[in-house]
Amino acid sequence: MPASEYLRQSALAALGLAAKAGAGPARGAGVILRECAPRAQLCLRGGPGADFEKAVEGVLGVRPPLESGMSARNGDRTLLWLGPDEWLAVLPDERSEEVLSRLRDALAPLHVAVVDVSHSRAVVELSGAHARSVLQKGCHLDLHPSRFRAGSVAQSKFARCHVLLHQTDDAPAYDLYIQRSFARYLWSWLEDAAAEFGVTVEV
Amino acid sequence: MNEQRFRLFAGGRIDRERAVRFDFDGERYTGFAGDTVASALLAHGVHLVGRSFKYHRPRGILSAGAEEPNALLQVGRGAYTLPNQRATQVELYAGLSATSQNRWPSLRFDAGAVSSLLSPLFPAGFYYKTFMWPPSFWLRHYEPLIRRAAGLGRSPTEPDPDRYEKMHVHCDVLVVGAGAAGLAAALSAGRTGARVMLADEQSEPGGWLLGSKTAIDDAPAVEWIASALEDLRSMPEVRVLPRTTVTGYYDHNYLVALERVGDHLPPGTGGARPRQRLWKIRARQVVLATGAHERPLVFRNNDRPGIMLAGAARQYVNRYAVRPGESAVVVTNNDSAYPAAIDLSDCGMQVHIVDVRSRPPEAMAAAARQRSIEIFAGHALVAAHGHARVREVTLASLDAARTGYTGTPRRLSCDLVAMSGGLNPAVHLFSQSRGRIVYSPERGCFVPGESVQAERSAGAANGTFPLAYCLSEGREAGKAAAAAAGFRKRGGLRSPKVEGEREQPAEAWWISPPSRAGAPLNKHFVDFQNDVSAADIALAAREGYRSVEHVKRYTTTGMGTDQGKTSNTNAIAIISQTLGVDPSQVGVTTFRPPYTPLTFGALAGRDIGELADPVRTTPMHDWHLAHGAAFEDVGQWKRPWYYPAAGESMQDAVDRECLAARNAIGILDATTLGKIDIQGADAAEFLDRIYTNGFRKLAPGRCRYGLMCGEDGMVFDDGVTARLADRHFLMSTTTGGAARVLAWLEEWSQTEWPELEVYFNSVTEQYAVASISGPFARALLEELATGIDLGPEALPFMSWGEGRVAGIPARIVRVSFTGESSFEINVPSDYGLYLWTTLMRAGARYGITPFGTEAMHVLRAEKGFIIAGQDTDGTVTPDDLGLGRMVSRHKDFIGKRSLARPDCRRADRKQLVGLLTEDPQTVLPEGAQIVDRVLPRPPMKMIGHVTSSYFSANLGRSIALALLRGGRERHGERVVLPLPKRRVAATVTAPVFYDEQGERLRA
Repeated sequence: MPASEYLRQSALAALGLAAKAGAGPARGAGVILRECAPRAQLCLRGGPGADFEKAVEGVLGVRPPLESGMSARNGDRTLLWLGPDEWLAVLPDERSEEVLSRLRDALAPLHVAVVDVSHSRAVVELSGAHARSVLQKGCHLDLHPSRFRAGSVAQSKFARCHVLLHQTDDAPAYDLYIQRSFARYLWSWLEDAAAEFGVTVEV
Repeated sequence: MNEQRFRLFAGGRIDRERAVRFDFDGERYTGFAGDTVASALLAHGVHLVGRSFKYHRPRGILSAGAEEPNALLQVGRGAYTLPNQRATQVELYAGLSATSQNRWPSLRFDAGAVSSLLSPLFPAGFYYKTFMWPPSFWLRHYEPLIRRAAGLGRSPTEPDPDRYEKMHVHCDVLVVGAGAAGLAAALSAGRTGARVMLADEQSEPGGWLLGSKTAIDDAPAVEWIASALEDLRSMPEVRVLPRTTVTGYYDHNYLVALERVGDHLPPGTGGARPRQRLWKIRARQVVLATGAHERPLVFRNNDRPGIMLAGAARQYVNRYAVRPGESAVVVTNNDSAYPAAIDLSDCGMQVHIVDVRSRPPEAMAAAARQRSIEIFAGHALVAAHGHARVREVTLASLDAARTGYTGTPRRLSCDLVAMSGGLNPAVHLFSQSRGRIVYSPERGCFVPGESVQAERSAGAANGTFPLAYCLSEGREAGKAAAAAAGFRKRGGLRSPKVEGEREQPAEAWWISPPSRAGAPLNKHFVDFQNDVSAADIALAAREGYRSVEHVKRYTTTGMGTDQGKTSNTNAIAIISQTLGVDPSQVGVTTFRPPYTPLTFGALAGRDIGELADPVRTTPMHDWHLAHGAAFEDVGQWKRPWYYPAAGESMQDAVDRECLAARNAIGILDATTLGKIDIQGADAAEFLDRIYTNGFRKLAPGRCRYGLMCGEDGMVFDDGVTARLADRHFLMSTTTGGAARVLAWLEEWSQTEWPELEVYFNSVTEQYAVASISGPFARALLEELATGIDLGPEALPFMSWGEGRVAGIPARIVRVSFTGESSFEINVPSDYGLYLWTTLMRAGARYGITPFGTEAMHVLRAEKGFIIAGQDTDGTVTPDDLGLGRMVSRHKDFIGKRSLARPDCRRADRKQLVGLLTEDPQTVLPEGAQIVDRVLPRPPMKMIGHVTSSYFSANLGRSIALALLRGGRERHGERVVLPLPKRRVAATVTAPVFYDEQGERLRA
């Protein structure tokens, strides 16, 4: 059966977000919520060390950032620092298989683990003038621009869920990587928390 | 009543253009925007607002702030109502409805006041002494009686219609209190560029300046406040939060504040904004500029309505433009009452000053005399007279020893007594921060000692009372706090100019002596809210209580909702006088959060209803919903429990599902099981150490069931682990154990065996899992699968393979929890729903039937498969479960040593057995005890208990699993289980009821 015939359904598919889009205030919404299209997410464990970093860079064109809580980007490939020996590679969905096998080959001689976790997390983009206030309702990290800015990454408890937070723009805009089974709960939570600022759903 | 007879014609911070109607105890009144309920009532001459807690004495408005012990009102109607609201802090809004508390049938005539006549019968410790005996009376008689008598106000019974929010925030400098010192601190910290939060509990910043006539920089203080606020607003990193009370100070400079966003608005008019917002603040530095509370003086009947704190009287005159009476007696031991007396006189009241000091401050006294205020120096108030309002006071000249009176007592008629016993720094937050409070004999009050956290106190909160010093201390504190947080700016702020003040020292003066030696002090009130008198405290001291903590609990002083803000220092002083020691030796009780009470709504925030706790759903959730599944909560997961068809009971549905799984195809959503990806050169070695059984020899492509024990040798989780490649495993765990097992692996890897090269990654969320079981499962899968041979030789029981199912890349694992030939199909989660619907569609002709967790439990119990956490409880070893063969003798593993202990080898340990009831229709309740010998009533010797029990449709009878002492040797024996009103007999069997040889499983 060809791949096009089976149906891929995101964690939030059942919420009918397309129908909700545009239902909020036409302009001036303080918060914009958007479910992001599927993206390849590969968990890289290994290193740190020159061999590991070089091998990863050779495949992705991005050197793993070594500074805690930071990310590095090259074109459509991003590496998020998750721990001293842990990164999340994020890239376009269609390149998932190819990159996965190339990474496995390139890293084979080293003590590493490369795990495809593309379906593990839903990604929701939160932006708008009050995006940070919404986050601060559920997250005790310091997200002030002097501490957390475009490129910053953190994993924390957010609204009782484990969330990977990546600030993508100083505007601000954030990508929230949410464990799939929690995604519907967290979406409801976000809509509720954003309500006082006016919220628009985009698709 | 619209006439505001006591409203001044000019002045105040009220808006005379905006009249606000409200009602109190059913009576209608009008106030102005900017009023509190207290100031609006006083504008009508209403002083009597409540009845006291124990004696139901009439009580009036004592203060103008958070320290109010008396004027506690029920505010708002229906679902919006809140009890114990301090009238001195509740802002007036249109339509506000307030009622007095603790009175019946009315405030003026209160039946409970009879207890006041009996007050000699209700001394300190009355409850402890009276309600002791007999003990059996506690629950039925005493407790309900006390509960009815206790408690002020009532909580709403309907669901709360308001929204409450929470917000986390970080700042460099948190300034608590926006009075003179706090504003100065925020200004000097803010100009460095530091992130500053300024929280103030009042509707507008300014603190006591709002109620004074002091000039700053030759202009009214309010102008200085306005310009300070303007400066602060121009600083982008400064946030000013009015109506925000910092209620708690916790470890690591973590503070909690309550912002009353919409409490001052009519109910339901706040729009999308919350009613209250709880701020959770992490501050690098804290400046406590919380000000001070004035102390009452302790004399006979000092609790009569019309008796208030001098500073509060001044607030009412200057801030609210209310004349609190016609004729005032100002009584004091310090200078601060003089400006109050002058302000009262200037607004048209007749004023007398009673100063316990023999030498009043000269300049101030002169200013007072200019206004024809008569001063009685060296006098004290002996008593107040009047009932629902003070009418008269008795004063007398103090004798040389200051323990009695000389000369003839005088009487002055008055309708207001303004008293000042000096100031108590508001050290509550400092104390909560674990700082020790010390007694300052010079200032006659307790002040902050050394800081424990990154915090400093400034101004009145630090025992620094003159305005000029408050401003400079605040400014320095703000600057130092910002510097400590890493923010500096050159150049100083100009000091605002303030009229010079030189004060005479206050006299340490705690209590007026009784009118004659030995007369009782039982109407000399110390704690107004809890009706504790000086006599009660003296009694506690006489009865041997020395520790202030004990006196507090025995007398209940300081235990009201006000936490003794006005009473604690007086109580401590009276204890020290009674014991003849210095107040510093008595010490202080601990201040606890919250500073003022919080609502439950604020604490709950949005963690209510559907948002109360995360709900985890699988990719197939909507199918389950659409097909009428009843759900079971497993951890945070929603799992289908059973799928009732129209008209089916739960048992009907479970029976049908169980039969289908053994005779056709059953399909289970197994997505929730924990899945851990394990990789590394030492992965096999690591697993060998974690599991009781061996994994090193497991071939790639094969799976093995494993048992994990804790260090104590007790089973804590189980599951099947597949070897994906030489250095790559996939472990499955129980649904509830997933997070715990991953943490367990990481703990051993990181702390004990860091030399082993192995990585763990959770892939629980990555895969959706549909498990199909039954005689036609293979046939169905063969229709849908490509690229994989599903035959029993190519893919035998306990092996796995990869292929495509319905076109989706899938891993198929041949494990079975039902005992039937089973295929567990793992696909990436986004394809889970499609996989499921495809299986359902294609399986229809085989009679495919979805089954839930209940049928799963029954099916596995028929096979005697355990569930960790149900058939085990942390006291069960592998051998107890009959799985001793899974405990390797050839390698080490966690728990091995413990399993060698004699206790783990006892023959009479509780062991897993099956139970078949004599009546096959009887289903034993889980938890039922097996007893040695049935007696007419407990206790009976318990020798085992039922862990799992079901009706098995496949067997046409009930089955149960149980843990039974020496159970393995008792197969065939008859045991008895006593239940309420009946007893059930059962036969002990092996814990397998179906397909003992496992032929179906392997098919």
